[in-house]
Amino acid sequence: MSSLILRAATRVLAPMMLMLSLFLLWRGHNLPGGGFIGGLVATSAIALQGIAFGPEAARRTLVLPPAVLAAFGLLAAVLATLPAALVELPFFTGLWLKLDLGDGAILPLSTPLLFDIGVFLVVIGGVCAILLALEEDPETDRTEGP
Amino acid sequence: MLSIVLAPFVAAGVAPLLVRLLGHRASLVLVLVPGASFAWLVWRMDEATPGILESTPWVPGLDVALDFSLDGLSLIFSLLISGIGALIVLYAGGYLKGHPMLGRFFLFLMMFMGAMQGVVLADNVVTLFVFWELTSLASYLLVGFESGRAAARRAALQALLITGTGGLALLAGLIMLASAGGSWRISDLTGAGSWIQDDPLYLPILILVVLGCFTKSAQWPFHSWLPGAMQAPTPVSAYLHSATMVKAGVYLLARLDPALGGSPEWLWILTGIGGLTMLMGVVFALLETDLKLVLAWTTVSALGTLVFLLGPSHEPGAKAAMAFLLVHALYKGALFMAAGNVDHEAGTRDLTQLGGLMRTMPVTFAAAAVACVSMAGLPFSLGWVAKELIGASQIALAAELSVSLIAATLTNLMLFCVAAIVAIVPFTGRRSDAAEHAHEAPWPMLAGPVVLSALGLVFGLVPDLVAAPLIAGATTAVMGRQATLDLVLFKAADWKLLLTLATFVAGAALFLLWRRSAGSWRAALNPTLGRGPDRGYDRVMEGLAALAAWQTRLLQPGLLHRYMAASFAVVTLAVAASLARGDVRFSLAFDGGRLIEWAVFAVTAAAALVAAFATTRLLAVTALGMLGLGVAMIFMLFGAPDVAITQFMVETLVVVILALVLIRLPGFRLSSRSDRPRWLYGSISVGTGAIVTLLLLGVLAEPFDPRLSEWFGATAVPQAFGHNVVNVILVDFRALDTLGEIIVVFAAALSALAAIGIGARTRS
Repeated sequence: MSSLILRAATRVLAPMMLMLSLFLLWRGHNLPGGGFIGGLVATSAIALQGIAFGPEAARRTLVLPPAVLAAFGLLAAVLATLPAALVELPFFTGLWLKLDLGDGAILPLSTPLLFDIGVFLVVIGGVCAILLALEEDPETDRTEGP
Repeated sequence: MLSIVLAPFVAAGVAPLLVRLLGHRASLVLVLVPGASFAWLVWRMDEATPGILESTPWVPGLDVALDFSLDGLSLIFSLLISGIGALIVLYAGGYLKGHPMLGRFFLFLMMFMGAMQGVVLADNVVTLFVFWELTSLASYLLVGFESGRAAARRAALQALLITGTGGLALLAGLIMLASAGGSWRISDLTGAGSWIQDDPLYLPILILVVLGCFTKSAQWPFHSWLPGAMQAPTPVSAYLHSATMVKAGVYLLARLDPALGGSPEWLWILTGIGGLTMLMGVVFALLETDLKLVLAWTTVSALGTLVFLLGPSHEPGAKAAMAFLLVHALYKGALFMAAGNVDHEAGTRDLTQLGGLMRTMPVTFAAAAVACVSMAGLPFSLGWVAKELIGASQIALAAELSVSLIAATLTNLMLFCVAAIVAIVPFTGRRSDAAEHAHEAPWPMLAGPVVLSALGLVFGLVPDLVAAPLIAGATTAVMGRQATLDLVLFKAADWKLLLTLATFVAGAALFLLWRRSAGSWRAALNPTLGRGPDRGYDRVMEGLAALAAWQTRLLQPGLLHRYMAASFAVVTLAVAASLARGDVRFSLAFDGGRLIEWAVFAVTAAAALVAAFATTRLLAVTALGMLGLGVAMIFMLFGAPDVAITQFMVETLVVVILALVLIRLPGFRLSSRSDRPRWLYGSISVGTGAIVTLLLLGVLAEPFDPRLSEWFGATAVPQAFGHNVVNVILVDFRALDTLGEIIVVFAAALSALAAIGIGARTRS
């Protein structure tokens, strides 16, 4: 697809959507958002880019192959379950580390956040893997033509 | 004790690396693991009769612990596993020298060793079952080790399926036993005596447990996998399929004897099936020409003998079983390894082609001959001791069981003949062509047979070495009360001695007859006997495959619309049935609704109508997207922003994905709809909608139960430090569910990738 309007809009929209997705992921524990939603927003950004500039550009944005990204997400989610074992709490117990940044600002880091990041990555990787594979099919290339 | 079980698993992990570094000499390192276990067991032998218990928490949340116990019964098995295991590891280093998969072989073998130790040392029903299944798995991998051969693959699968099916029965039986007894610890269950026999569940428990044990220990009619398992390399046959794994069923029967044994059902099932297996095995052994198969059938017979001896649940029987267990493991291990040497050096194991190997392989011959002395039960061997005990146990039985004495004597007679065949035929007589280029095996392959057969002789001459610590200790554990054992090598010359001598003479006569006419027996009997259960297994497998093909054609035609129609129809009927059955009130209260709600409803309903009557796919997909957005709006209106945003995003992405898929479909128009039963699909859709509406009306009529939402609202901040309850549930309270979901997402993505890849390949 080679619509000038779509390309111009995507240049602005896609980065903003990606930032929004990170924002949703971060605030998810207290306000609407979280890993699933953030992941879906990010996926939409990638999908938009894939439609506007082709799947190659979308892959460059992702840096890693989508399936690998999803695997890392799964790994992060599983890793988030383990620290509880170090302090002899049952598997999966959430642990919190509240870093005091001064001036009353507190940076809460936690295993649920790591778990949510895992969810985020699995959603992006999983859905993008399907999307990009569909876009790249040899037959699709033929119908679109170079 | 935990390290006896775990060390082989660790060794299994490093075995491939060791083999890469040291080649076949890795066996010299790996042998240290079972060797050390053996030494530890001998050192702690005296403590075993009261018993040693060890418990390590495993899953404390579910009250599952790694409980291990060492008593007389575990000790005798554990010593066999580690002792014979050490010799087998050495032997395998020589037998499979230079094999490209040697590392993998040791990995499987050590894994099996750990699992088998786990089975006999476990004091927890769950632990025992997990290790039990691991031995089946290891057996599968080892039988199918030469995976290039179809026969090996079939035998491996057959062994796995038969023992695996039995394993399922065993699992059910053990769970029922544990819940009836109120404890997962085996020592609690067996220590309480035979209380279980008054339980109404006794018979089902007995049948299920016995099924598990009989499949594992190759009792009729489940025996057919054991001769098949001879496809495995010889060290495996010697270790798993004669000395250890196949005895696991016998072990469990003996272990549960205090709880389950002593009833008439136990007596008839074990004595009957065991006796039948005992006779059948030894008869088939006489009809075989393959040396390994001859030994395999005598193993089947020996397993039958063990089950048969455990049947009456009396002390002489238990003593005889434990003594026979020991002697059989010693002579059969030695004979299998000797047979492996013959096969390895002469290139064949066919009895009709072997002969005259005595001069070229003197050590192997000596070991085999001594082992056969034990097998035949000749004086001055441990076999003699065991045979005397078996005779005594049968004589101790009530008179109506005298038929079992006859069965035992007949088996003994034929076993004598088989022992003569194995010791004499390959080694004496005219030198065959195969023997011409044969030579003696290297020392690692001689250590096993020589040590095992020599032990049979030493223990036979000085039976007190094993009588008190091993056999009496094991009998104490089986009977649940203190047992003693006085072995007298030669009793008075009464009718029992005469019977024994008559057995020897008749066995020798049978051997002479066999030499003359075994060929004609085979020709006459093999086609008619036909190895019934083995063919039965094939029939069952064919039937299963046909059933699978039939139900796949029926249920999996590959048409998405048919799957959808079936799913919706089933859901509709199920909900309708439960609505019709239950006493359901429906709420018809209606507050008029806000304008915005009417607006969203109008858009959503219009989109649904458009989707239903669309004539092109693109229109249908777009209308469905509209419908989804309308639903998302409804979520938004009722204060569920997380769900609404998710729905928005999902609908958007679904439209994008569907659009991408549509490009690939032949034709944009929905012209092919005419081939579908429109009225049927239409009524399913309308029915589903109607029933879901009814369901919701029913739900609304019930008072809202706020306990869960209140609980989450109250605990989200103090316990999980989050204000967004939805997210707190997802990543903290129910994080395990979420983990499952993202694994599903990942798996779905991988399968979609594979499906797209296949589609692309078949088209291009």
